[in-house]
Amino acid sequence: MADTSLTDNNVAAPRHRDIGLKKRYAAERRFQFYGKLAIAFGLFFLALLLWTVVSKGYTAFQQTSINLDVTFDESVIDPKNERNENPMKLLTANYPKLAEAALYEKLGIDAEDKAGTKAADALISKGARAQLRDMLISNPELMNQTVNVWVLAAGEVDSAIKGQFDLSVDESRRKIKDNQLEMIEKLQQDGSLEGRFNTGLFTNGGSSRPETAGVGVAIIGSAYMMLIVLLTSLPIGVAASIYLEEFAPKNRLTDIIEVNINNLAAVPSIVYGLLGLAVFINFAGLPRSASLVGGLVLSLMTLPTIIIATRAALKAVPPSIRAAALGIGASKNQTVFHHVLPLAAPGILTGTIIGLAQALGETAPLLLIGMVAFVVDAPATPLDPATALPVQIFMWANEAERAFVERTSGAIIILLAFLAVMNITAIFLRRRFERRW
Amino acid sequence: MSLSTIILVVVVLGVIGWFVGASRSRSLVAGNASQLHSRPAYYGSYIFVWAVLPALLLAAVWSIASPIYVDNQVRSNLPAEIQAQDRAQQNLSMNIVQSIARGLDTLVGEDRPDENVTIEDLKPMLAQQGVAIAGSGETYMITSARQMNALTRASNAIRAAVVIALSVIGFAIAYLQINVKLRARNKVEGVVTGALIVASSIAILTTVGIVFSMLSETTRFFASVPMTDFFFGTVWDPRFANASDPDAAGQFGLIPLLAGTLYIAFVAMLVAVPVGLFSAIYMAEYAGPKLRSVAKPLLEVLAGIPTIVYGFFALVTVGPFLRDLSAQISSIVTDGGSSFIQAQSVLTAGFVMGIMLIPFVSSLSDDIITQVPRAMRDGSLGLGATQSETVRKVILPAALPGVVGALLLTASRAIGETMIVVLAAGVAARLTLNPFEPMTTVTVKIVSQLTGDLEFNSPQTLVAFALGLTLFFITLALNVYALYIVRKYREQYE
Repeated sequence: MADTSLTDNNVAAPRHRDIGLKKRYAAERRFQFYGKLAIAFGLFFLALLLWTVVSKGYTAFQQTSINLDVTFDESVIDPKNERNENPMKLLTANYPKLAEAALYEKLGIDAEDKAGTKAADALISKGARAQLRDMLISNPELMNQTVNVWVLAAGEVDSAIKGQFDLSVDESRRKIKDNQLEMIEKLQQDGSLEGRFNTGLFTNGGSSRPETAGVGVAIIGSAYMMLIVLLTSLPIGVAASIYLEEFAPKNRLTDIIEVNINNLAAVPSIVYGLLGLAVFINFAGLPRSASLVGGLVLSLMTLPTIIIATRAALKAVPPSIRAAALGIGASKNQTVFHHVLPLAAPGILTGTIIGLAQALGETAPLLLIGMVAFVVDAPATPLDPATALPVQIFMWANEAERAFVERTSGAIIILLAFLAVMNITAIFLRRRFERRW
Repeated sequence: MSLSTIILVVVVLGVIGWFVGASRSRSLVAGNASQLHSRPAYYGSYIFVWAVLPALLLAAVWSIASPIYVDNQVRSNLPAEIQAQDRAQQNLSMNIVQSIARGLDTLVGEDRPDENVTIEDLKPMLAQQGVAIAGSGETYMITSARQMNALTRASNAIRAAVVIALSVIGFAIAYLQINVKLRARNKVEGVVTGALIVASSIAILTTVGIVFSMLSETTRFFASVPMTDFFFGTVWDPRFANASDPDAAGQFGLIPLLAGTLYIAFVAMLVAVPVGLFSAIYMAEYAGPKLRSVAKPLLEVLAGIPTIVYGFFALVTVGPFLRDLSAQISSIVTDGGSSFIQAQSVLTAGFVMGIMLIPFVSSLSDDIITQVPRAMRDGSLGLGATQSETVRKVILPAALPGVVGALLLTASRAIGETMIVVLAAGVAARLTLNPFEPMTTVTVKIVSQLTGDLEFNSPQTLVAFALGLTLFFITLALNVYALYIVRKYREQYE
């Protein structure tokens, strides 16, 4: 028996045949390591991205202000007492002078001291004019009275306090001079200069000065657009999916529609901007920069997302539900609208919220329809010029001043917060209402 | 009556019709609804549809057609010398007429100008109403504007009367038809199905709209710039022809833009494909449910972050970091220490875009890898292969068509991406192989040609549509092919 003798020989001399196990296990470990590395790489950059935005942007929610006892001095505002005949007088009066005078008093600067007053004037934001004007116009009785107000400090002061300027460089190359730093310190010590919560960031419109720039107009514009997207693409998307999923015969045409919808979902967003420009603005003559046009463009873009999500939700409803409804005499329409659609509603809602979140963050098509506009006043209707949150971020990202980097990051934080809320709502809805059949 | 009032009236009529129809059908059978063909609500809806649908359709058609008719009428009454002008100049005059017409409508009561007011007197009056008249108005325009206003008013009055009459007639017709045997449900459901079909054709209309709107502008562009100069030109210099040198027209070469687009997309794929693929494999084959439930959603957060945020990230973090890094590296080699990577470069844009694409690659491939049947895995493991060998020799080859499809979809996204490249890739159109220098892309040029003041008949703006159409067809080809592969792959394992 040759076989037995062979085995016997092997037993006699037990010798491991090298089949490369070591190498294979090493390869296995390497492979696993690459996988972990890849995941770590992705997560690292997610963390870095969020950290960059937050670390640069959290200071935007505080804005340095100066506490002043401003006297609405009639001899400055309206020396000839003509405000009754000429209401423009109150609008054009020299309000900054009031704030400056109050600051001189606080710092003990002689009004004749040219260098001192000039340095002090530069501490107050130009936005003080509008602030004091609005106060006086809304309450004319303030005339000749002294009021304690917080006025915004100039953008440079804010940047200096937040450490965005390198204060160790030579004075001549700094925007904030040594004597101004002394004044700032003095004000800080008696508690009349401090960072306060920046409500202006949420309410103000566009401004060329960082301290008075805000995303108020952008938020309103984005809200209008989201409303339009919801009102147009949700009903159309749901109707289209119901037809394709429940009614349409399986033929060439529905096949083309299906491929077409999948393809539309992958068309670059900027192409939708070109479509909007050519169709809504050039052909239909709708106004440029209006949130109506932006909303319509985003609706077309969101439509495929909603259709795909809705079809998946409809598909997930088991056929037995349809069979049961048809079996007790419901018509096809009744089956769909009374039974299938309500069961698919959570899935549709989730898909819609995700589509809306996508539309909220979209920038490129809005650039083409002229939403890169400098809009100061809040738009009253969707036909007025407006901007959108991501477009505002784009505009600020192109500004050179350091203070705008902080604003940009602040606006990104606001945008990401909105997106997070929407996505968490979608996840919550899915967890809460999703039914497994 | 304004359009919104008309719509409101018609809808109110329809709602009344709903209640009338429902109660009429009930009274026909004395409350015994089971004798009716349909439930009472359907009779209500029947009247609603008849009262609202034809009327609103007519209102829509009228509202689109009437301004065109008015415009033609006013144009035909313009003075002969204006009519002799070419279309563009006539349009300019018509624009002034339109704004005068708008302004005249705001001047009411005492402010109303008398019949033979001159344009010089009218201008300040309009300015006070906030209507600025562009260019030099002429007195004949006031006559035209008056005519336009009169025609518009007449048209609106007739529209209100006709639409509401049609609504009432529809109401009456439907009401008279109501009887026990009327198949109201079938008819209403037919209308509903029709509406569903209309909704699903909007998707088709969007594609048609994209293609036609861009095609028409592109043909206008090719009328002034030869097609070969666009597709094969290697210089992008879309300046305006200036007076001193009329021969120096702009050059619109696509090649440098396309090269930049493909190069940046290539760099992005170089980052995204290995990272995305390896994380997908790890998630699908190795990771326990705990890691999977944390890491997968976190990676997908990357896909939910708007691209403008990535652009900002590239602009303020990655770009300066690479620039400073290269300065340090070169200062080790030489004393000069000049940075050889520029802050805006192919590398910066491509790298950041790659990070953005990681979740696309990973979640698409994850789906595909998990679709590979369990039996194939078990077979391979049973024969003694290690897990990584199973992945490399069995699962990946089986999933390859699907993965390739996923990668093509990702590539099409990289090519169409706009905001990252606008902020991080630069605007200089040039041909270079050095990834440390800025290049520009098709999308960047679309944005830069179309922001700012626009004039819609110059090749400088029209070129954006030609670029857009090129981009659309490139991505369309990639998408259709990728979807075809993915679909085919799915069928294979179902």
